[in-house]
Parts: sequence; C-alpha cells; structure tokens
Amino acid sequence: MFDALSDRLRDALGKLTGRGRITEADVEVAMREVRLALLEADVNYRVVKDFVARVRERAIGAEILANVNAGQMVIKIVGDELTAVLGAGDRTFRLTGSPAVVMLVGLQGSGKTTSAAKLARHVVRLGRQPMLVAADPYRPAAVDQLRTLGKGLEIPVWSSPPGTAVLDIARAGIAEAKRIGRDVLILDTAGRLTVDETLMEEIRVLGGALQPSETLLVVDAMVGQESVTVAEAFREAVSITGLILTKVDGDARGGAALSISAVSGVPVKFLGTGERTDALEPFHADRLAGRILGMGDVLTLVERAQETFDEKQSEQLAQKLRKNAFTLDDFLEQMQQLKKMGPLGSIMEMIPGMGGAAKQAQQAVDRGDLTRVEAIIRSMTRHERQEPAVLNASRRRRIARGSGTSLPEVNRLIKQFGEMQRMMRQFSGGGRMPAIPGLRRR
Amino acid sequence: MTQTDQRDAQASIEAGVARSRAGFATRLRGLLGGSPDADAWEEVEETLISADMGAELAVGVVARARARRDVIPEMAVRYELLELFAHRDAVPWPRKPAPGVPAVVLVVGVNGTGKTTTIGKLAHRFASRGARVLLAAGDTFRAAAIDQLRIWAQRVDVPLVAHAANADPSAVVYDAMDAAVARGTDVVIVDTAGRLHTKSNLMEELSKIRRTIAKRIPEAQPEVLFVLDATTGQNGLTQARAFHESAGLTGIALTKLDSTARGGVAFSIEQALGIPVLFVGVGERMEDLLDFRPDDFVAALFG
Repeated sequence: MFDALSDRLRDALGKLTGRGRITEADVEVAMREVRLALLEADVNYRVVKDFVARVRERAIGAEILANVNAGQMVIKIVGDELTAVLGAGDRTFRLTGSPAVVMLVGLQGSGKTTSAAKLARHVVRLGRQPMLVAADPYRPAAVDQLRTLGKGLEIPVWSSPPGTAVLDIARAGIAEAKRIGRDVLILDTAGRLTVDETLMEEIRVLGGALQPSETLLVVDAMVGQESVTVAEAFREAVSITGLILTKVDGDARGGAALSISAVSGVPVKFLGTGERTDALEPFHADRLAGRILGMGDVLTLVERAQETFDEKQSEQLAQKLRKNAFTLDDFLEQMQQLKKMGPLGSIMEMIPGMGGAAKQAQQAVDRGDLTRVEAIIRSMTRHERQEPAVLNASRRRRIARGSGTSLPEVNRLIKQFGEMQRMMRQFSGGGRMPAIPGLRRR
Repeated sequence: MTQTDQRDAQASIEAGVARSRAGFATRLRGLLGGSPDADAWEEVEETLISADMGAELAVGVVARARARRDVIPEMAVRYELLELFAHRDAVPWPRKPAPGVPAVVLVVGVNGTGKTTTIGKLAHRFASRGARVLLAAGDTFRAAAIDQLRIWAQRVDVPLVAHAANADPSAVVYDAMDAAVARGTDVVIVDTAGRLHTKSNLMEELSKIRRTIAKRIPEAQPEVLFVLDATTGQNGLTQARAFHESAGLTGIALTKLDSTARGGVAFSIEQALGIPVLFVGVGERMEDLLDFRPDDFVAALFG
C-alpha cells in the first residue's frame, strides 16, 4: 500500500544522494517533495506540516556529519521520524478480565464485522476461547453476516432479538460467555457517523459500563483527510486503545495510520490484509517505516513463513533434497504450502526491491495459474510424477486434454520443474539460497 | 428505533453536519474576504486539501483563482471549482434502450462504500416514480449480502432474483435478465460484491458480468454506477480509473455525505475521467439519495 509513497520519497531524497553535505537549499527542494508525497498519501495536512518542519529542523541542524552521504542522512531522519510517530504508544494486545471484553467501533463500511471474525481467529491462536457478540441491531443482515463468519470459524456467536438495547445485548453476551466457558468476548458494534450524537452516546454508555480491556477503532486505509476528525470524535466517546487498519491489501497509501498516530498517539495494533479470516497481521512500526522508505519488510516474511511451514514437512523435504529425490508430487506440495502463506503479493512486497514483481506474481495467482498447474500435475499418473523423464509427446497431449489445459502449458510446467530441480541440487549442495526463477532483482 | 427516535437521530445528525460544515465554510470565507495575502491563499489551498481535493488540484485551483481579476476572490475560487465538473447533458438516467427492453443499472465499487444501501434507495426512487423495478443479488460472496438486499427489496416492495451464497454472479445476472424480460420490467438494478480494484481476477469478473448482460439483452445499454464513500481520500481516483477500465463507468454515487467528510476527491475524478457524479447519499432512510448538483456541492463548501 505504501509503495507509491516510498517511490516518491526515494525520488525526492535521491536528489540529495552523492553529495558530501546537505545545504539548506537541498533540504527545501526535498521537503517540498516530501510534503506533496505525504499529502497525496492522505496524511492529514496539519500532520504533514509538523512532520516536514521536524525533519527540516533536524536535517539542517548541526548533527549532520561531514562525511556521511547527505541523501542517506535525510532518509535516515525521515525514517526515524516515521518510526517515532508510528511507534507511539503501547501496542500490546491486552486481554484482562473474565471474560476479557474487546470492543470494535468505527464508521460504516470500515470493516468491523470482518475484523471481528479475524480477531476471534487471532485470539484462538493465542490459546483463548473467544465468543463473538453481534451488537449491531441497525444494519440489515449484520447479525447474519457475523453468524456466517462465526460458523466458518466454529466460534459461537451471540445475538439478541431485534429491538434489544445494545447494552442489554452485551450484558446477556457476557452472561452467556460465562455460562459456556468462553473467556474473551469480541463485541461487533454498529457502524456510526461521528456526527450522530445518539449513536455516539450509545457507545459512550457501552464503553463506560463494560470497561473493555481493548477498544479498537477500525479504520479503512483508504480514508482521506477526515481520519483525524473521525478518530478524535471516537476518542471523545470511548477510550480507544488501538487501531485496526483495514483494506491494506489495496493500493491506498494509508496516510490515515500516520495521521491518527501523530495526532492522538493511538497505536496501530493490527493490519487487515485480505477478505479471508486469516488476513490479519500484527503491526510493527519500525518495519512499516522501513517499508515506506522501500527497505522491505523481511522480518514479517520470516515470521509468517515460520508459522505456516510445518517443521516435519520441511525436514522431510530437506531429506529429499539431500537424496536428490525431489518429484512433481513434492513440487505440488510446495506450491500448496506457498498458497497457505497468503496472498503471494503481500509476501513478496516484504522482500526488498520486489514491489513490482509482487504485483505480477499476484496477478498470476489471481488468474488461476497455480490452479492450472495443480490440474496438470493431478492429471499425471503416479509413475509420471515420480519420473518426469518418461513424459513423451503422447503422454503430454493426454495430460493437456485431461487437465483442460494446453500442450504449451504442460511443456512449460515440465521445463520449470526441471529448472527447479537443478536449483534444488545447487541448494542441497551447500550453495547459497538460489533466486526464485523468473523474478529479477532490481 | 421508533419513529420518534429516528426523527431525533436525523435531527442530531443534521445539526452535527451543520456544525462541521459551518467551521469549514467560515474558515474559507474568512480567508477570502477582502484581499487575501499570500499566507491566506496558502491557507485556502490547505482548506481545499483538507476536503480531500488532492494537493495538485488544490494548488491549481488556487493559482488560477489568484490570477483572476474579473471577480472577487471568493467567487473566483467558486468558479474555478465549478469548472472542474464535467458539463452535463440533460439525458435521463438510466437510459431507456428501446420499448420492451429493460434498462440495466450495474452497481460497482470497493468494499464497504454502501452499494447495497444505495441500491435500496435507487429502487425506491425509480419505483416511486412508477417504474417496475427488479433487483439482482449479484453479491454472492460477502456473508449475508443476499439477506441484506432481500430486506431492502421487501422494504421497497420490489421483486428480487437471488441464487444461493457463493453462486456464480454471472448466472444470477443471466437469470435476472430473463426474469426482467418475462415480467416486462423497466429497470433492473444489479448488486455486485465489493472488490478492491487491485484484484485483477475480481475486476475480470465484472467484465464478465457485463458480457453476460450483453449476451442476454444485446440492446441493453447498461449504466454502470460507481459507488464512492465520501470519506475516501486520493485513492478514490485510482479506484475509479480501475473500475472504469474493466466495467466502463457511466456515473458515480457519492455516499455518506451526511458525515463530516466533504468528498473532494469527486473533483479529481470528474476532472480526470469525465464521469459525472449523479447521486449523493445523505442518510440511512430510503429517501436519502439526492441528485448531485455541482452548484450546491460547491456552495456547500462555502456554507
């Protein structure tokens, strides 16, 4: 999401690279670009003003060392400031009380219900037993939506008959949670306008009565200049402990995160990165600041890979690699593992210098290329999968027909597999980690 | 909520919006009264940016307004803002293709902008003017989206064509076209799942829905309505561009204008793509969909 901002900043600050010292004029030019880039990224104009002023002050100051590359110095200052702003506040996700109450609030359409389900799944991973409570009696079918999501996750959903006051729904939910032994209650409230005094009063009462251990404001990454006004209005009604920034898988630059953190000091706690219930990531300020500056986010990648890849399977794979017995069956398994890791694009975006390639790869996945590959491999006999060398023209034609693909596609896959096998041999031979074929580094 | 509650709620929203708008307008008028200096002009620029107009556009508008000598500064800014809107032809919307052929309105947009609600309001609008309306539940993806549309269909009292959840949206559309022809429907409104414009497979699905309409009713000239949340920032233009490419937009509905947001990105979109903003959503009731009038929209910025 922050791609364009990072490009723009790099362009702006690139003009400073290669000189020994920063002059005031240099900084002026760079700061104008930084200002425009931030405004285009929907960072609130007041925040931009302060941010630029701080960076300028530090850049023209005495702390500039004569021998440091001027551009690098400014990039570092911008990075430090971004980290400082985004990193403000405590990002611990607290679950205290029995049951612990987590309340989600926000504007209509920001993604509260989807986030509630994602959060429930996250809470299960933390080893707790969540229950979802549908506290939105206004939007048609909002309760059904939460029910459907809860059913998919096998997490109980509490709702009350239409017309029940929201506080009564929540209290009944707490009683039910105690009865069935659930220790975390996730409260999905109705979307509301900050100017709607009746509904703002409703969450004020709710927050006061329940004293949630977390009250999270759900904010759409695409929100513009109003982000600050919205956050401040919600903060006036309830004590917000953190943000969930949603729809981060789009290409919005998400200036809202920077704006709200800067003005309210409310930390971003989670990012929503897709429509599936597993698309929720913890937020790391330093990593995000690095991503804004185009330094990649390798740490998140490593963490996600660790979570997804089954250790035993990895060990088996390593064995096979050593014995040089990597087959098309293993290839298929690898691809399924990769799919489990989530949207390919969001993985590769985290690798430095792979923003563009990520988009292409994601499009390939979206087009269903991986599905086609699966179909091709599944149309082979067991013998063929173990020993691709036997795949002559007639077998290949049969496979193309059987999988509903074409002969060139089958040929391409077999060729790719050959390359991968070669690569694996190098890898197992103690060499360095090979590059993924077809992805050039910038 | 009871009826009284609802009226109270509406009044409280209107009061809140009025307050927020008054602050904005006062600032703008204050800055432009008399003969503004360079600092004042810069603040005008920032005020426009704070309405989500985008830095580049705001800078341009202010530069052109400053150069004008024919009118007082406030009018100069107003005129320059009005210039950004496409010139509208007075054609009916949706277009009525031919006798016996239903008009088709395809409603698209990213997640959470208010598509389904807008469809409910549009259905009410057309039906209350005597048109026979049919709704098609093309959002088969989001949990309970079909239920939400069904509730609206009942409220407005119009028929609905729906399949089960996760069905192929094109199949729903195909059946809806059949039903519309059989029943002599005047307007079919098709709901679609919200989708991020960056997902190429989902955007391709929209093109497919369009092809399905063309296959079943070749004479149909579908109107494609892009629903945009007024709180959206500069990403709104990127969204509109992507949806225009895959579905061919013919109009925009700007929703949630009853919030504190001013929807300034609409200026950028009309300016860049020439697609007119046709409707504004200003509340949750079915009457809360108004015609968009550029003069009113600009005047609202000035209070």
